[in-house]
Amino acid sequence: MRTLTDSLITALAIVATLIVIAPLVAIFAYLLYKGASSLNLAFFTEIPKPVGESGGGMANAILGSGILLAVASVIGIPIGIGAGIFLAEFGRGTKLANAVRFTADVLNGVPSIVMGLTAYALFISHKTPFLPFTGHFSAFSGGVALAIMMIPTVCRTTEEMLLMVPHVIREAALGLGVPNWRSVLSITVKTASPGIITGCMLAFARVAGETAPLIFTALGNQFWSTSLNGTIAALPLQIYVYALSPYDDWHRLAWAGSLVLIVLIVLAVSLVRFVTSRGVLKGAS
Amino acid sequence: MGVGIEVVNLNAWYGTNHTLQDINLNIPANHATALIGPSGCGKSTFVRCLNRMHETNPIGRVTGTVRIGDLDIYKDAKPVTIRRRVGMVFQRPNPFPTMSIYDNVAAGLKLNGYTNRRSLDEIVERSLKNSALWDEVKDDLKKKSGASLSGGQQQRLCIARALAVDPEVLLMDEPASALDPVSTSKIEDLIFQLKSQYTIVIVTHNMQQAARVAEKTGFFLNGRMVEFDSTHKIFTNPSDKRTEDYITGRFG
Repeated sequence: MRTLTDSLITALAIVATLIVIAPLVAIFAYLLYKGASSLNLAFFTEIPKPVGESGGGMANAILGSGILLAVASVIGIPIGIGAGIFLAEFGRGTKLANAVRFTADVLNGVPSIVMGLTAYALFISHKTPFLPFTGHFSAFSGGVALAIMMIPTVCRTTEEMLLMVPHVIREAALGLGVPNWRSVLSITVKTASPGIITGCMLAFARVAGETAPLIFTALGNQFWSTSLNGTIAALPLQIYVYALSPYDDWHRLAWAGSLVLIVLIVLAVSLVRFVTSRGVLKGAS
Repeated sequence: MGVGIEVVNLNAWYGTNHTLQDINLNIPANHATALIGPSGCGKSTFVRCLNRMHETNPIGRVTGTVRIGDLDIYKDAKPVTIRRRVGMVFQRPNPFPTMSIYDNVAAGLKLNGYTNRRSLDEIVERSLKNSALWDEVKDDLKKKSGASLSGGQQQRLCIARALAVDPEVLLMDEPASALDPVSTSKIEDLIFQLKSQYTIVIVTHNMQQAARVAEKTGFFLNGRMVEFDSTHKIFTNPSDKRTEDYITGRFG
């Protein structure tokens, strides 16, 4: 009877696992099936062709997504981590910390289209004081909109990870006469860093596919553009435009774009994991 | 070299809980002093008052005077300065998990801005030798994490880490309670060697341990110090009935 129950529970766990993995595999397989055939060198080197001409690629959109995500990460990750450190270490139990935590949780649940509209109202419809490249559609505003979406995720995972660092580790540092701020930065944050990095990667992957905030900010662009001050192409935007078009070859390019987007996200996340896991010592948890 | 510790009218609270009441004692320099007593009697709180760790707890509060050498630690100095002079070894081994063995030992110096590499090497080697761990780890100093060592080795690593900042006093809060008998006897041997250079205060639940390593023993009960005398006297002919009851196993 006991072994029977045991096998039953094991079987249930395996089934649940398969159900979790199935959608991911299905999405990837379908993207491969639909998109792989349209992938060629031109896709990665050329910009979109005008309507009516066949061929062309999404090189500008790949670059644009890279720029937007770089801007978003440079702004969003430090602010998110900083806020997370405040919540877990310096502001614990204060009213301000509770307010920040509540805000972050609500912000996490705000639909991206609402975030896009808000970004439009804040940065695009008029010039924002002290913020460059605002008052018109711009790549910078797009990056900022994505950064705002990253902050709550990064902030809350940072907090959770810091709180998981055992109290005895903090005491060890304080007991050596290390000032509290130094102990937090050099010991607690460092100990929690694998989890914090995972949180940043989750936030990154999430905004990498966002379309709605970019429609209202970066707008999209059919040509090469690297200026933070102008409109810029992005993979999700390009996919959106092509998928809604009436042309079959644009549909195929949209599929190929989706495949490339997914693969690039996986590559970026794996690369960060690889780089940050090197130099980890034997036996370190 | 170690220095003596003079405690006058020390009181400590956790919130409204009065954990230490009017403690007065003189801990001699360059000796090991054991503190015994049942769980919750305040002995851990007491040692945490000697390096101002008690106040790191948001609800912890202390009054009274503690002099370490000629320094009145609650009046004349900042907590970080005192903790560099009064090292601490905790109940559970707590090496920094992301750091190598070398970095663990050097942590106290490095995190306080000390960067001279050559003398760091020397200090790390000396500290590990002083904690009797050098021979077991000298080949993996920078390759292995402190967390990869066994429990007993981790505790000796923590002792090396405390010694590296060159303290005058070493506080040990039940340093062997999480270790097996072999590791425990290594730690005890170590205390024996170290007390010629440092003033050692050791909290222990193990009365044989107190008898083995310490010249002086203090018995704590319900937040008060019942008796403080030579270890020999405490264990053979205590003046207080409660001490006798405790060491003969009638309670606690």
